[in-house]
Amino acid sequence: MIRLEKRPSPSQGWTAATPLLAVALTMLAGGAMFALLGKDPLAAIRTIFWDPLFGEFAWYFRGQLLVKGGPLILIAIGLSLGFRAGIWNIGAEGQYIMGALAGAGLGLALYPDAGRWVFPLMVAAGAAGGWAWAMIPAILKVRFRTNEILVSLLLVYVAQNLLASAALGWLRNPEGAGFPGSRNLSQWPAAANPELIPGTGMHWGVVAAFLAVIGAHVLLSRHQLGYHIRLAGQAPRAARFAGVSPGRLTVFCMGVSGALAGMAGLFEVTGPAGQISIDFASGYGFTAIIVAFLGRLHPVGILLAGLLMALTYVGGDNAATNLGLPAAAIQAFQGMLLFFLLSVDVLTNYRIRFGRREIA
Amino acid sequence: MDALVSINWVLLAASLMVAATPILLAATGELVVERAGVLNLGVEGMMILGAISGFAVGVRTGAPILGFAAAALAGAALSLLFGLLTQILLSNQVATGLALTLFGLGLSALLGQGYVGIKTPVLADWNVPVLSDIPVIGPVLFRHDPILYLSLLLVAGVWAFLRHTRAGLILRAVGESHDAAHALGYRVVAIRLAAIAFGGALAGMGGAYISLVRVPQWTEGMTAGAGWIALAIVVFASWKPWRVLLGAYLFGGIAVLQLNLQAAGLKVPVEILSMSPYLVTILVLVIISSDRSRAALSAPAALGRTFHASS
Amino acid sequence: MKRRTLLATGAGAAAAAALGLPARAQDKLKVGFVYVGPIGDGGWTYQHDQGRLAVLEAYGDRVETVYQESVPEGADAERVLTQMALGGAGLIFTTSFGYMDATINVASKFPNVKFEHATGYKRAENVATYDARFYEGRAVIGTIAGRMTKSNKIGYIASFPIPEVIQGINSYFLHARKVNPAVELTVVWAYTWFDPAKEADAAKAMLEQGVDVIAQHTDSTAPLAEMAKTPGVIGFGQASDMSAFKPTPRVASIIDNWAPYYVKRVGAVLDGTWTSTHTWGGMKDGEVVIGEITEAVPEEVRAEAQAMIEAITAGSYHPFTGPINKQDGSVFLAEGEVATDEQLMSMNFFVEGIKGDIPS
Repeated sequence: MIRLEKRPSPSQGWTAATPLLAVALTMLAGGAMFALLGKDPLAAIRTIFWDPLFGEFAWYFRGQLLVKGGPLILIAIGLSLGFRAGIWNIGAEGQYIMGALAGAGLGLALYPDAGRWVFPLMVAAGAAGGWAWAMIPAILKVRFRTNEILVSLLLVYVAQNLLASAALGWLRNPEGAGFPGSRNLSQWPAAANPELIPGTGMHWGVVAAFLAVIGAHVLLSRHQLGYHIRLAGQAPRAARFAGVSPGRLTVFCMGVSGALAGMAGLFEVTGPAGQISIDFASGYGFTAIIVAFLGRLHPVGILLAGLLMALTYVGGDNAATNLGLPAAAIQAFQGMLLFFLLSVDVLTNYRIRFGRREIA
Repeated sequence: MDALVSINWVLLAASLMVAATPILLAATGELVVERAGVLNLGVEGMMILGAISGFAVGVRTGAPILGFAAAALAGAALSLLFGLLTQILLSNQVATGLALTLFGLGLSALLGQGYVGIKTPVLADWNVPVLSDIPVIGPVLFRHDPILYLSLLLVAGVWAFLRHTRAGLILRAVGESHDAAHALGYRVVAIRLAAIAFGGALAGMGGAYISLVRVPQWTEGMTAGAGWIALAIVVFASWKPWRVLLGAYLFGGIAVLQLNLQAAGLKVPVEILSMSPYLVTILVLVIISSDRSRAALSAPAALGRTFHASS
Repeated sequence: MKRRTLLATGAGAAAAAALGLPARAQDKLKVGFVYVGPIGDGGWTYQHDQGRLAVLEAYGDRVETVYQESVPEGADAERVLTQMALGGAGLIFTTSFGYMDATINVASKFPNVKFEHATGYKRAENVATYDARFYEGRAVIGTIAGRMTKSNKIGYIASFPIPEVIQGINSYFLHARKVNPAVELTVVWAYTWFDPAKEADAAKAMLEQGVDVIAQHTDSTAPLAEMAKTPGVIGFGQASDMSAFKPTPRVASIIDNWAPYYVKRVGAVLDGTWTSTHTWGGMKDGEVVIGEITEAVPEEVRAEAQAMIEAITAGSYHPFTGPINKQDGSVFLAEGEVATDEQLMSMNFFVEGIKGDIPS
């Protein structure tokens, strides 16, 4: 008889060891899948996990990890606050889109102004756009008790429609000969979010992500509001006795996660993506939910989880190109990695006992 | 208003039922899962696996009904992977569900590589004798394929099960407080695994309904977000079976209606029509939930919480 | 140059530019393809991949190909392109409009790698563009539609309001009207390139309005499968032949055949004659092919369609030849005037006789 026994406190050793164990297990299971598909499993795994970090072109791919991981981390940090407090914002994807639309919209209204204040204003507008989009589910929840999961999720689809109509209509590049898509913001110096140090992948969005990690850490460990957030999630009734207003907490958490997602969208549209286009949204808002939980809702954990997810994307793309693996195999591989990461976590919090239960 | 007159409302009603059935099946399954206190966000992944399994078996055997059986099995099998992780290995349900979606999308695409561009035998409509000849209502309600009827029966069955059976009561108890249910001697994990498998089977059938009836063909990613809508419909329904039916038909209805209004030439901007299913669903939920006289709108109390029998 | 020295320069991207054509590519030409969807989409991406296979067939050992499926626009596209260039590709085809700016950006860093971007309008020394005159195919199926409709109502499932789609709608309608003055066109905008369920619903909505011939500008076979349920309704294959639905409802198809172009351009790189060009190939070049017209179409209509194919192929007929008026009644082309490519590529209006507005 095998059973689990809860540890009094999470095991330090296993906290460090479980991710490595999960990666090792994924290599075995994933390798088997690659072998079944007729590819060299060792080459595939080396291409995914090793080459982006230490391979021939690692100088390029290391920076790309930040480009890919930055928005994931920034969004996930915001989401983690709400998730800790039991507030379920599933619609970060929509807030990401609206932030990009608001920021780009403001910027393009100022085009071709060359002022130094254009970019900061756009960032503010991006945050405001994401914030406002998140306020819809927040206020509906506080005012009408409408479930925020449903509203935030469905608003993603509304945002996607707005994105399409912006790319085709009101934000379309007037010099683009009728083709969809806005002006390229990354090529307009006043609005661009370039690489700060060439070759590093570092742009303002990555900086913001790191700042968000630090900010969230301080908030959660040093600030009373952070304590309230944790209390509301663990013991809602006790939180109410402690004077925490659930309504205000909802507005705060939704607002922060919306604003951060909106900023992520703005940094993306002014930098790596460059423009508003029909397919601008590429699922960061949903992937960030995984990142938040993979990081155990802890700021540092989210930072590491975001980088690990980025590695599987970057390395996965490399494997797809170099080894001719179908994109679907990479997706399945990512799913496996997540399964293993989530399941080995049991070792951190529980001891495995063999034999009969002792009588206490 | 010419546009509104020119729409054939009878045909529209019939096609909205078909359009809503995949969501209805998946949402009914997810409702049972959530009533047992488990939040499985992997509906999309289970649906798409059901879509390819059902399609493959339907094409191979020439019998779409066998396809549906295979889809239910495949959906249940995938959901039990979720069950293993969340119930036995105690992993986080939200993250595991999302990972399940990722895995299901990838796996289905791998399995489906040989099935692109193939036709499948179509599931014949089953015209209910006598009833299908009633004017107006007949064609709307009684000339459909058997799975559509099954989906309606399942809603009724789930309602009766939860409301009137002892097993249903136990399932709900597990969803409200797993600790109390455990203390009473119920096997929380086993009950939840059964609910998860049922939800997976229905999600798989919902996916197969897309690939075998509604579209019918196989292409990668063909569920195109239907699983997410199913999740939203469960919330919309406040975890009540009949409201799932209402929600799915409302959503499916507006999704079909907006295309009909376009085809009929209604002068409303396409963008607005195109986002209308989502906006109307939100609006209706706001109206329902703002009515403070109605109690019990809240989710099962133990929804999404990990259970470990620590005592 | 080794990685170490590259890192020492501290400017990876700039160094990459200096690298130029990597040494590994000397013996074999490596050709990269970046796809927007999975090759199993049965439509757009599938046809591009057929072109890739034709390249392998034509040059055998002299080339090798790499490809990447389902690449999102923006940062991901730029990374995948860079990776292909770093990996030694000498020629890269980017097969979706949304890759335009990414292609230009990466091309500027790899001056010795040649790029080919589909359906865009930005070129550079090492970036050529190519597209196909799908409207020529629409003229042929429009003729069939006009002859075959019994209800005089024909339909068009449109994706997004961009010039290529509008050209298609106009061409389809003009040629249906030409052979059947009583014809009315219904356009439904699906606002997606690919969503089988939604496409099926769009087809169904039109059928319920009495439409009996439907053309589609979305990529899945779902509308044909829907039409198959109603006897007497016909449609056309889109992008690929969709031959599973022969002989009816699929009575003909417009096939995107990229093979001749890809083979030609790879050949140009191999023998050193490649230059940056814009190619808008049509039936004449074998890029737009009308798939078998089935026996469901009466003999005389088949002959008429065949004659039009021959006239367009020979260059003696242009589908946009005046007199053609715009929807508002103003003159677009005078008697005998032929539309210029510029006019076509920026087409943003319906021609006279089409009801409804283009969303914007």
